[in-house]
Amino acid sequence: MKDFATLLDRLSFTPQRNGKIRLLAEHFRNAPDPNRGYALAALTGTLELAAAKPAQVRALVESRVDPQLFAWSYDYVGDLAETVALIWPERPGAKRPPDLPDVVERLRLASRREAPAILETWLDGLDATGRWALLKLITGALRVGVSARLAKTALAELGAPDLAAIEEVWHGLAPPYEALFAWLEGRAARPEVDHRSAFRPLMLAQPLEAAELPSLDPAAYRAEWKWDGIRVQLVAGGETPRLFSRSGDDIGRAFPDVLEAMRFDAVLDGELLVLRDGAVAPFNDLQQRLNRKTVTPKLLRAQPAHVRLYDILFEAGEDLRALPFDERRARLEAWHAREAPARSDLSPLVPFEDWDALAALRAGLREQGIEGLMLKRADSAYEAGRPKGPWFKWKRDALILDTVLMYAQRGHGKRSSYYSDYTFGVWRDADEGGVELVPVGKAYFGFTDEEMRRLDKWIRDNTVERFGPVRAVKPGLVLEVAFDALHRSKRHKSGLAMRFPRVSRIRWDKPANEADWLAAAEALLEG
Amino acid sequence: MPRALVTHGHADHARPGNGAVLATPETLAIMQARYGEAAWREQQALAYGDRLEVGGVSVGLAPAGHVLGSAQAVLEWRGCRVVVSGDYKRRPDPTCAGFEVVPCDLFITEATFGLPVFRHPDDGAEIAKLLASLATYPERAHLVGAYSLGKAQRILALIRQAGYDKPIYLHGALQALTRLYEGFGLDFGALLPATGAAKAELAGEIVLAPPSSLTDRWSRRLGEPVTAMASGWMRVRARVRQRGAELPLVISDHADWDELTRTIAEVEAPEVWVTHGNEDALVHHATQQGIAARALALVGRGEEEQEQDGRASGAEA
Ligand SMILES: [Zn+2]
Ligand SMILES: [Zn+2]
Repeated sequence: MKDFATLLDRLSFTPQRNGKIRLLAEHFRNAPDPNRGYALAALTGTLELAAAKPAQVRALVESRVDPQLFAWSYDYVGDLAETVALIWPERPGAKRPPDLPDVVERLRLASRREAPAILETWLDGLDATGRWALLKLITGALRVGVSARLAKTALAELGAPDLAAIEEVWHGLAPPYEALFAWLEGRAARPEVDHRSAFRPLMLAQPLEAAELPSLDPAAYRAEWKWDGIRVQLVAGGETPRLFSRSGDDIGRAFPDVLEAMRFDAVLDGELLVLRDGAVAPFNDLQQRLNRKTVTPKLLRAQPAHVRLYDILFEAGEDLRALPFDERRARLEAWHAREAPARSDLSPLVPFEDWDALAALRAGLREQGIEGLMLKRADSAYEAGRPKGPWFKWKRDALILDTVLMYAQRGHGKRSSYYSDYTFGVWRDADEGGVELVPVGKAYFGFTDEEMRRLDKWIRDNTVERFGPVRAVKPGLVLEVAFDALHRSKRHKSGLAMRFPRVSRIRWDKPANEADWLAAAEALLEG
Repeated sequence: MPRALVTHGHADHARPGNGAVLATPETLAIMQARYGEAAWREQQALAYGDRLEVGGVSVGLAPAGHVLGSAQAVLEWRGCRVVVSGDYKRRPDPTCAGFEVVPCDLFITEATFGLPVFRHPDDGAEIAKLLASLATYPERAHLVGAYSLGKAQRILALIRQAGYDKPIYLHGALQALTRLYEGFGLDFGALLPATGAAKAELAGEIVLAPPSSLTDRWSRRLGEPVTAMASGWMRVRARVRQRGAELPLVISDHADWDELTRTIAEVEAPEVWVTHGNEDALVHHATQQGIAARALALVGRGEEEQEQDGRASGAEA
């Protein structure tokens, strides 16, 4: 636990990406199995522990410490886990400190009721940093500025050719990842991944700059609609079919209707939509289906899910990813005609003569459910990540920005118990190097109470600072903001102000570092 | 003030422009180095353990363990003894005499770290963090922010105790007092001026500087240094972030919560006045121990601390 705690402690104070990678790689190199594998799991969010609730932790400390002294201390420190870690009265000759594997293995078996007693003996054995790390771990609030992607990037330094090589095997493995470390250290062969159940990293598109269009050869590219749903990967052929989001989360539980229709042996790339009477329903309808633990028959009827297919990665065990796009497309069409699985269709290719014709098509886009166009090179292999050149996305013109939530404030009236007023920002290069968010506007939105509750919880869980009724949150949630116009203003640090901004949707699926930049906002300025 | 008894040389305790100053020889030397002519009109040295009669009151100085020359004032009048702690700590410090427990009838204690969240870890382990970071980032200078009087010299001594024998680079503002410590017999090994050293020369080296230079223009000469800050406040993460420190070193010259409560118990005073910090919590604690305790507000302190530290709160002098 000591090494893991030191790692978390150092990471939490290390601002630079390279510094974080250095610390992580050092830990992965030096810590023994299975400690490092559990550390990796904790950082990538693949540990599932019977966590303790903050209220339980609080009760525990109040049985040990004068309540008035605790209250003053909490007030000063501002964070519950940290206050408990610091104030916990050490007992000389106390118990042996637990190892990270002890903690993980013990908590896996423990019930929520047993957790506090176990926790108490561990707190007695650890030092302040160890207690802090333990409490962060078991209250599920690690937050040391490390994304799963960053942790894997550091892992790749141990001996993988690149991040994609890690991603390729990642989803077939489980904590504590001993086979993965053995492979990276050259002690064992690459872990076998069952393509019939594992997620494969997606190929993503670069945004198209209109200026680069003339340099591209229209004959070398194919065009498709970019549908306004959620990008998914369908994996079937193994014991149970699986539906993954583009970040590799298994979202199948919320879509039993889609899983039911996956009676084939293939890995497919497509867009998850709600389709009613053949028409794509608004994105909000799909939101209703997401993140549900249970789905009622009523909801299944009201918001029927559907997958519009873009690509095929595996067919009956054959890896097609190295084939050119045109060949994969032919395979996809033939496969779909033969299998004709329910709740799916093919995203059609959009024929065009030249870029002007395509631009005209895009300018006339009014249809619900289409976000813009995708351009894919006819000879492009299916590569993990976001390679520059083979695929582009060309969004339709709309005054829409993907912003990052910065501050939240309690609303008024009916909303007064929720954090429902939001200040959001876009990225720019910081003066001191690195990047920073600058606010571009403030809005509230009118989603369902349930969405509001979820957002409210996210805000509470991700608060980094409070000023009266306002909470500053860590940059982790993308809000798509629609607005009527954008003009210059001195009111916001960005120098921009929006006319009638409204949060058009919450992009739970989108990483914050992919939100828009200030330059993209400025390009939308009027006049 | 016409007459001043000065416990130690920090700016919030030793001010220039006094009439007559009574202090330990070390504290007088420090005041002289800092204020020169302006230090006083006349001065009198009193060594630890010696006594002096002032208007019927017997005055003595006992080691406080805070910085070189730091003292508690021990005042006796008709069999009643009052001890004013000044700033103090209980753990060993290679650069100054250790705190002496003086039983008394009234104890006036500081409370800079008067909350139970403040428990300073072992200083050797904190220095080990610094040396471990040098191994992790051998190409980056390690800039350690430390107050110019006491903290800087203690850090130097601790780094040497840990077996680190390369030259250590000093910011100009730390030179004079470090030389003064050497004059009192302390040996810090090879020290070099950081100002004027080339960026490449400082890569992978330890550079000591006052806290204010951690984020100012001066630090840019170091390329992309690892910024460490040595202070008891570094125990709390929000204070670390506020400081912009990448490597917090929890090393303090003040008593932590356990040292404060232990000292209150050991001096066995029936009455305790608490000042200079988080008074409420310590008064609360002492009261629960059956001691008559109250908070004593000192005038003008906040202002002085601001000067010392460059911000309204967070001084540790
Ligand atoms: Zn002081
Ligand atoms: Zn002091």
